[in-house]
Amino acid sequence: MDTKKFVIRQISIFSENRPGRLAAIAHALGEENINILAFSIAEANGFGVVRALVDHPEKAHDKLVKLGFNTAFTDVIAVKMRDQPGGLYEVAKILGDSGINIEYSYAYSGKEGAVLILRVDLVEDAIKKIKNSGATLLENSVFH
Amino acid sequence: MRLWDPRIEEMPKEDLQKMQYRLLKSLVYRLYSFSSFYHDRMKEQNVHPDDIQELSDVRKLPFMFKRDLRDNYPDRIFTAPQEDLVRYHVSSGTTGKPTVVGYTQNDLNYWSESLARGLTSIGLGRGDIIQVSYGYGLFTGGLGMHYGAERIGATVLPTSVGNTERQIELMQDLGATAIACTPSYLLHIGEVAEKMGVSIKKDTNLRAGILGAEPWTEKMRLRIEDWLGIKAYDIYGTSELSGPMFTDCAEQKGVHIWSDLALVEIIDPKTEEPLEPGEKGELTITMLQKEALPMIRYRIGDITSLEEGICSCGRTHPRIQRIQGRVDDMLIIRGINVFPSQIEHALMGIPEVGQHFQIIVERKGALDDMLVRVEVAKEAFSDKINDLMQIRSNVEHKLRNSLNVNVNVELVEPGSLPRFEGKSKKVIDKRSM
Repeated sequence: MDTKKFVIRQISIFSENRPGRLAAIAHALGEENINILAFSIAEANGFGVVRALVDHPEKAHDKLVKLGFNTAFTDVIAVKMRDQPGGLYEVAKILGDSGINIEYSYAYSGKEGAVLILRVDLVEDAIKKIKNSGATLLENSVFH
Repeated sequence: MRLWDPRIEEMPKEDLQKMQYRLLKSLVYRLYSFSSFYHDRMKEQNVHPDDIQELSDVRKLPFMFKRDLRDNYPDRIFTAPQEDLVRYHVSSGTTGKPTVVGYTQNDLNYWSESLARGLTSIGLGRGDIIQVSYGYGLFTGGLGMHYGAERIGATVLPTSVGNTERQIELMQDLGATAIACTPSYLLHIGEVAEKMGVSIKKDTNLRAGILGAEPWTEKMRLRIEDWLGIKAYDIYGTSELSGPMFTDCAEQKGVHIWSDLALVEIIDPKTEEPLEPGEKGELTITMLQKEALPMIRYRIGDITSLEEGICSCGRTHPRIQRIQGRVDDMLIIRGINVFPSQIEHALMGIPEVGQHFQIIVERKGALDDMLVRVEVAKEAFSDKINDLMQIRSNVEHKLRNSLNVNVNVELVEPGSLPRFEGKSKKVIDKRSM
């Protein structure tokens, strides 16, 4: 199975936890006409990591690095969920039963319906298991 | 050319010491006879020039401090009349009121000679292009290095400080082979060059840096050498001695202090007793040949140790080891002495954080609280919060181990800590505000 097409490039940005940092990132992306499709913020004491799926990850990365942001790519996958009670359970169960650990996750509800973005420890295995169980993975072409 | 002045630089130690004794003796006679300041000081100390019977009798003489210059602002202790002065320099006044130093033609000559020996000892000479990126003007760095570099027949590119992109363009276009600046400014140049898409290592002819005017560490030297592909040499001096004056030789085993110009003592700053070679203490210098502003047993406030043995380069003059800190820069955190240089040293061993840092000291309740802000290196950035937390606790752990005091660490964005083009001010002590 070609798993590559289901691997999505997320950009992760180191940010100090102080007013205006998210605005600075969002402004930079807006200036480059980059659309943010999904994002989340993880915070620790004093700093945080902004994670985002954007339509042009390379362009976003270059722009942010030029502005001095610490920016990295991370591979994630996106699974379509049923947008009703139990939808998240079905996806989480597939991974749990397969011994695949979710490092973090965030969700959005867009034109494809409800989508769960997952960062897992074993990306290829996760893609195979989810495919085999009949659930729908979104291809990276949906985003980029 | 290997040596600028072989007769002096390789003179046997006994001869050097005899020379120092003769110079000291005549200096003390001159000052006692012609300067009321020095005369009164010696009287107070109950010492007469006749008491100087051997070199170690220098210890009978009273100390001088920065405050002697401040208290006698601007020129009341000069020992040459104004018409014999050919230049003034004025110190930045970062630690108080500014101080003025004056130079006769001979003073400038010895200053340039001292630098000519140093620059020759690191392999520079005719044919080299030396970019002088120390500030020109009242600060001694720019003009001092300028004349030293001209003395050896090198071509000077007098860029002074600032307009960094232009500095990098000129460095490339004219093919500068050496640069003289503060280590923090060189790091800044390296960073700006990278942003411009210029590799100092691959795209320039630079092969030597003559770095000083602020404390730096051996690890920083290795980092600069590895990153920029140059040899980084230490230079030492203060305006009271003339300016940047003494350098490493090619062996990079300490800064040679020319014995015919300066008599070095290392003393315990508390007991004022002399220390043995190798022991760490306060650098105290007597300038043996200065005319306008001789300094006797001047307590510079820098902490270092002395190496008396003959250097593997063949030069017989003693060397001081890297400056460990300043007597007055010392922070006392919960009763423990902490030097910013120790923090720098510890951080250099942690590749996950950049070379820049800022120390913020506050009093929380009855206790001192020290926060060290560091930048997360590009290569170390991970998407995972856990990895970042790990870096922070690793830095805290290493700092605690090397300082013996609890430290909080804050991770900040790269490039967000202030870069300084002159002397770095890395400590914000809110306890004193």
